[in-house]
Amino acid sequence: MRMRALGVATLATLAFAATACGSSQSASPAASSAPASGSASAPAAGGTLVIWADPMRVKPLQPFAEQFGTENGVTVEVKEISKDNQMTFLTASQQGSGPDVMIGAHDWIGNLVQNGAIDPVTLTEEQKAAFSAKAIQAVTFNGQIYGAPYAVENIALIRNTDLAPDAPASIEEMLDKGKELKKAGKVKEVLCIPVGQKGDAFHVYPIFASGGGALFGTTPAGDPDPKQVLLGSEESVKAFGKLKDLGEKGDGALRTSLTNENYIVNFAGGKCAYLVSGPWAISEVKKGGVTYDISAVPSFKDGKPATPFVGVQSFFVASKGKNKALAQEFVANYVTNKDVAKALYEADPRPPALTAALQEVQAADPDAAKFMEAGKEGMPMPAIPEMAAIWEPFGIAETAVVKGGDPAEAAAAAQKAIDGSLKN
Amino acid sequence: MAVDVREAARAQGPGRPRREITTAFVVSRIAVLAVAAAILLYAVPPLIAAGSWVPLGVLAAASAAIAYLYLTRRFVAAKYLIPGTVFLLAFQVFPVVYTVTTAFTNFGDGHRGDKAAAVEAIQTGSVRQAPGSPEYTMTAALRGEELVFLLVDPATKQVSLGSAEGLSRLDGARLGATGKVLSAPGVSVLTAPQAAARGQEISALAVPTAGGLIKANGLSRAVEGKATLVYDAACDCVRGNGDTWTADESQGYFVNARGEHLAQGWQVNVGLDNFLRVLTNPTISGYFAGVLGWNLVFALASVLGCFALGMSAALALHHPRMRGTRVYRIVLILPYAMPAFAMLLVWRDMFNRDFGLINQLLGTEIDWLGGTMTARFGVILVNLWLGFPYMFLVTTGALQAIPRELTEAAAIDGATPWRAFRRVTLPLLLVALTPLLISAFAFNFNNYNAIALTTEGGPFPADSPQVGGTDLLITYTFRLAFGAGGAQFGFAAAISVFIFAIVAVISAVAFRRSRKQEEIYA
Repeated sequence: MRMRALGVATLATLAFAATACGSSQSASPAASSAPASGSASAPAAGGTLVIWADPMRVKPLQPFAEQFGTENGVTVEVKEISKDNQMTFLTASQQGSGPDVMIGAHDWIGNLVQNGAIDPVTLTEEQKAAFSAKAIQAVTFNGQIYGAPYAVENIALIRNTDLAPDAPASIEEMLDKGKELKKAGKVKEVLCIPVGQKGDAFHVYPIFASGGGALFGTTPAGDPDPKQVLLGSEESVKAFGKLKDLGEKGDGALRTSLTNENYIVNFAGGKCAYLVSGPWAISEVKKGGVTYDISAVPSFKDGKPATPFVGVQSFFVASKGKNKALAQEFVANYVTNKDVAKALYEADPRPPALTAALQEVQAADPDAAKFMEAGKEGMPMPAIPEMAAIWEPFGIAETAVVKGGDPAEAAAAAQKAIDGSLKN
Repeated sequence: MAVDVREAARAQGPGRPRREITTAFVVSRIAVLAVAAAILLYAVPPLIAAGSWVPLGVLAAASAAIAYLYLTRRFVAAKYLIPGTVFLLAFQVFPVVYTVTTAFTNFGDGHRGDKAAAVEAIQTGSVRQAPGSPEYTMTAALRGEELVFLLVDPATKQVSLGSAEGLSRLDGARLGATGKVLSAPGVSVLTAPQAAARGQEISALAVPTAGGLIKANGLSRAVEGKATLVYDAACDCVRGNGDTWTADESQGYFVNARGEHLAQGWQVNVGLDNFLRVLTNPTISGYFAGVLGWNLVFALASVLGCFALGMSAALALHHPRMRGTRVYRIVLILPYAMPAFAMLLVWRDMFNRDFGLINQLLGTEIDWLGGTMTARFGVILVNLWLGFPYMFLVTTGALQAIPRELTEAAAIDGATPWRAFRRVTLPLLLVALTPLLISAFAFNFNNYNAIALTTEGGPFPADSPQVGGTDLLITYTFRLAFGAGGAQFGFAAAISVFIFAIVAVISAVAFRRSRKQEEIYA
């Protein structure tokens, strides 16, 4: 008897649970358990397009996603992925629970392609011409375009115009001014650039390149060649030597105590006159009330051009998406439009890749054009998967010479470590 | 409902002594059954939709078994054993088995999927637009029940009809402003939502032409393209671009005569390769002893230091003449209550040479995390700060269980407080706490966060960028497995097996010794 009472109670709970989950999604009052929950998970008539984006871009994309959904009679979901986006995307794709459209940086392309996670995107000649050449170059891998670019970013030299009114023509000029200001007690650091205990290859690369250093040789097709790592080459050793001169035992412009966490804050607080950073630093600099101007990272006198890495944010079509036709339509024909680029720019001011959008944006915000100008000579970050092997040994070699270590030794160790992991 | 059950129980009448049915008992039972049923109801529609009948059967059987088990009054032991066993299988046995099996594969970047997926990715990725071919504006339409493309050449405005048979000229179509076909004889044009609903059919339709295939690119455009790489099942190879790549099942790649491989690979069994790599790779075996040595020092110093510190605090507060113990306890537990993740980052910044709090307080210019010895000291200090409140808590608990009479008796017998502690309190404490100390050791042995969030394994000597001064085995091997070569899950799994073996041996020895100790004092 007691058992029966329990059974009744359980059944009542079950029925309650079933109706509850049914009625929350479908308004039908006579929701009986199984069909109700079935219809709840059934997609809208035309299917669903799932887009994964980082937190910054979910909100600006939402209205366009909805508009696209209404035009095509489909449901569009923009989901926020906040951590390890590339890895999450790969794992989810593999399991069949990935999105149809993914948003990410162009230097993921090599790894995404070797894992069969994204499809090429076909853009018309007209569409290609609408983007900056650098952006198209960046999303091209093995001769195929793998993403629709929407923003281009690169680092530049941001200077405090109260302290340093003129853009320096060379690194030497910048150092002289920086040291002069430091001596006068107006600033605490010659230059604000992150180094840290593990180095920062991304930020130091323009200076390294100006010193003559290089990462990879080039293939006949003009792509970086992972079979030729040049970090240990004679030219690179010279470049590391120049970094040593700028380091703690030399000019004191590169310091391991300046890290990714504090270098922008220091500049925004007026503790240095020069900052090497990208568009992401601007909001904090503005908050600090610093009057600033943006120019290209200068090169050494008689040195090579100081080419920064150029990163291109792009939309990718997932190979394992459930609704590829829609995804292609969205990526190739819809987000390549000017308004989407502008909305994304307003959410996070990185210069749009679309030339027309950039022109409109720069009228209101000259910074975007200045960053773009600073990256004119830039090198699209190598998208080959082998680039993963470069970052850490390069950074550690940087730290070693910044602390006063022997450039030849540091470069050789980095070369050996990279060759070891690439099995060259 | 619960009340009804109680009344029902009472209605059974007096007589045999019965287990009393409490409200909590009924509620918890209903909760278990409701959760089981909810999982069943949640999972049924997607399983039916996917047509996976076997998992559905298993799920239904499991739900029925749970319902039966908890509705019947028999099998009391099983009521407790089953959930424990299920969780043991799900959270202990399955991950271990999965890790070990992964260790025998090359699962990782470039080798995530199976061969069929790799072949498909190679072929799709190699499709090049036919040179000089028009970029068609495409409208999806139905010819009877068959899906066809209405293709408009933007230069000539010529409309063609593309179907699986091929391309044919279509006259009399009406074009809209965007170049899309509004209507055409013999076919019914699909609206955008109708076309979107047939997205999969549209992706699948390929219109053969002389130079390749016309395929849809989205819902409004179509391009003529040709795969430059084609898989040939007869030779199990990929041909194209004047080269041949043959499948190599030992490494999961298509390899050509020069030993180069195509980017997309697949997962294969590599036998003991991952284990051999750990043992023979000079960058791993060459540094292994040094890293293991520091790893042991770090784990031991963390556990013993935390225990000594936590126990001292607990003993001080346990003293009967101590006042305000509650306030002290709260203060002491604070580091434990704060998120370790954030605290580690704060500590890292405090150790900064030029901007860190520590140097500013001490008036020094020490590059704490830049020198091997100072960095090691730093991470142990941080770990002590984070770890001692836990030891304080457990020691406080264990102290309550030791009768005060014992220490009082020792005092009456003339023992000094130190002697009483050494001979009475500490041994009794250790009986209770040794298992916790061993588990704390195992935890700290693999304390990835404590290193990764503070020094990231650094400082790194200039001549060996692979292994840093504070690297533990886990941070060091994490870098090897997920750093330079992308993610290599198979290799990482093999390393985990090795680390597991090391920790298991140490723990087994320690447990054996503590059992002997228990035999003496228990």
